Formats: sequence, structure tokens, C-alpha cells
Amino acid sequence: MDEHLKKNVLFTSVDTVVNWARASSLWPMTFGLACCAIEFMATGASNYDLDRFGAGVPRATPRQADLIIISGTVTLKMATRIRRLYEQMAEPKYVISMGSCANSGGPYWQHGYSVLKGIDRVIPVDVYVPGCPPRPEALLEGLLKLQEKIQLKHLKKGKEG
Amino acid sequence: MTPAEIHEILAERFGESILAFDNTSVDPFILVQPEAIAEVAPFLATDERLQFDSLMCLSGVEPDVKSDDLWVVYHLFSMTHRHTLVLKVSTPKEDPKVPTVEKIWRTANWHEREAYDLFGIIFEGHSDLKRILLPDDWEGHPLRKDYQEPEFYRGIRVPY
Repeated sequence: MDEHLKKNVLFTSVDTVVNWARASSLWPMTFGLACCAIEFMATGASNYDLDRFGAGVPRATPRQADLIIISGTVTLKMATRIRRLYEQMAEPKYVISMGSCANSGGPYWQHGYSVLKGIDRVIPVDVYVPGCPPRPEALLEGLLKLQEKIQLKHLKKGKEG
Repeated sequence: MTPAEIHEILAERFGESILAFDNTSVDPFILVQPEAIAEVAPFLATDERLQFDSLMCLSGVEPDVKSDDLWVVYHLFSMTHRHTLVLKVSTPKEDPKVPTVEKIWRTANWHEREAYDLFGIIFEGHSDLKRILLPDDWEGHPLRKDYQEPEFYRGIRVPY
């Protein structure tokens, strides 16, 4: 019996288990805006295979998605819609801002009268991925950074970090 | 048919309404009185010798800050005769009004909405003249040189 327990029982904390589960099944929303979305699609395809990190199940509705990747130029017209999509996602939810446009307006920062100068003006961002557009490796790095961040979270009320 | 020949036909048919002909630029163009477009356009589309059956592009232009005018430029093509034509119309900035050509070339429907959206040119007789690119509650016409960027749009800060 002792031998059996040693082989099959391990001790850990609830935080570790829940965080591991959350970080390992980040389902992104099927959502793309511009050329960054092409790189996002390449990241999902077999060469880079986003599914290796458990994020390869794009959900066609915000209600089933854990992660929204803002992949491209956000116009002010779209910004109001993105805010609504984000609000429709269930907690816990995460945001990756992909590329210069989503980070800060990118090449449209000065004369883009219709462009939002950074998605963080509308929704809170967890990870910023630089690039124009970022290569799939960069997006994967961003995803790994987000996973690291999730590992540090606490379930206990008030300690959500 | 060359632009010069087409200008001759139009000048003969419409006289005073055909204001000028510029044969020196890369794309020779004919300047037409705004109100006359309503008659010139169907003539260009239907006349046996011309048959301009397709509108390749309709653009709005603000030529200069100092200018008091806005332009509308029509790029036409005839599938039958394989010839092209550039028409220009000049309309005052304070009250920019041009008759629609949407009934003659259906392409013009969206093009005119775009010119209205970004320059504020009113196309009289258009069936659905509303913004096409910017949100409906947007204020102003951003490609005008005197356009001022708003501080906020629906509570979102706009400038960098």
C-alpha cells in the first residue's frame, strides 16, 4: 500500500494546479484585425503550432475565449466593438497586444485621425508584443510570458496578482 | 478616341458648360460645370461614339489650403472603344454640391459616399448619402485641410 501511494500521490497547492490548468489551455478568440493577424494565423499553423502551448483552440465567440490577441490596427470605430467583445469574455481573461499598432498606434500615431493610439486606452493589457508585424516566434514568446504571468496569480481573494 | 476629340464632341454639344480642357498634363482632363454633370454623364455613357460604360474611380480632392474649391474627379473607361477620359468638377468649399452620377454608373454610389465622408461634398440626388468608412456619429470631414482632430471620441482619448 505504501509503495502504491508513493507512486501515485503528490502534494501541491491549489494555486499551482489551477494556474497550471489556466496557463496550459489559453483558448484565444478567433479575432484578427490587420497584417498582424496573418502572422497570428501563421503562428497557429503547423510550422509554429500554437497548439504545442495549449492555445490552439480558437473560439468563435468571446464567451468561450480566455485570451484576446489584438492583432492589428485598431480604429476608433473598432475600439468600441473590442471593448464590448472584451466585456463579453468570461473571467479570468487575458489580453495580448500584438504589434506596434495595437501597442501605440504604430505608423499611424501622428496622422491617423481614425486610429486608436494603443489598445490599453480601451482594455487592460497583460503582454505587449513589439514588432511590425511581430514574427510568429515573437508572438509565441508573448504567449509564454503570459503563461509565466498566470503562474504567479493567487486564487485567494484580495491576493489576485 | 483621344481626349482632344472627346473634348470637341462635348464642347459642341454642351458649349458653355465645358469650362476648360488641359492637354498638357499626364492625364488630360476636361473641366465641367458642376450642374452640367447631370447631363454630361448620361451623354458620355450612351453616345455611340463614346460609350463610357465604366467609372473606374471617383475621387474628392482639396487642391490647396488657399483654394476656395473642392474637386471631384471622374476617371472613365469605355469597354467598347477602349478609351479613357478624366473629368473634373470644381465646387466652392463653403457649399460643395455636385449632382450624383449614381444612376448612370452604380459604382459611384459608394465612391460618392466616400467623398462625402472624407470631404463633405454633397452629391445631390444620391439615394443613400451617409458615411461609409467613419462611424455615423463622427464629426467633421477628416481629409479637409482645415480639419481639427477631436480630443475625445466616445470617451476615448484620440491624440497620441
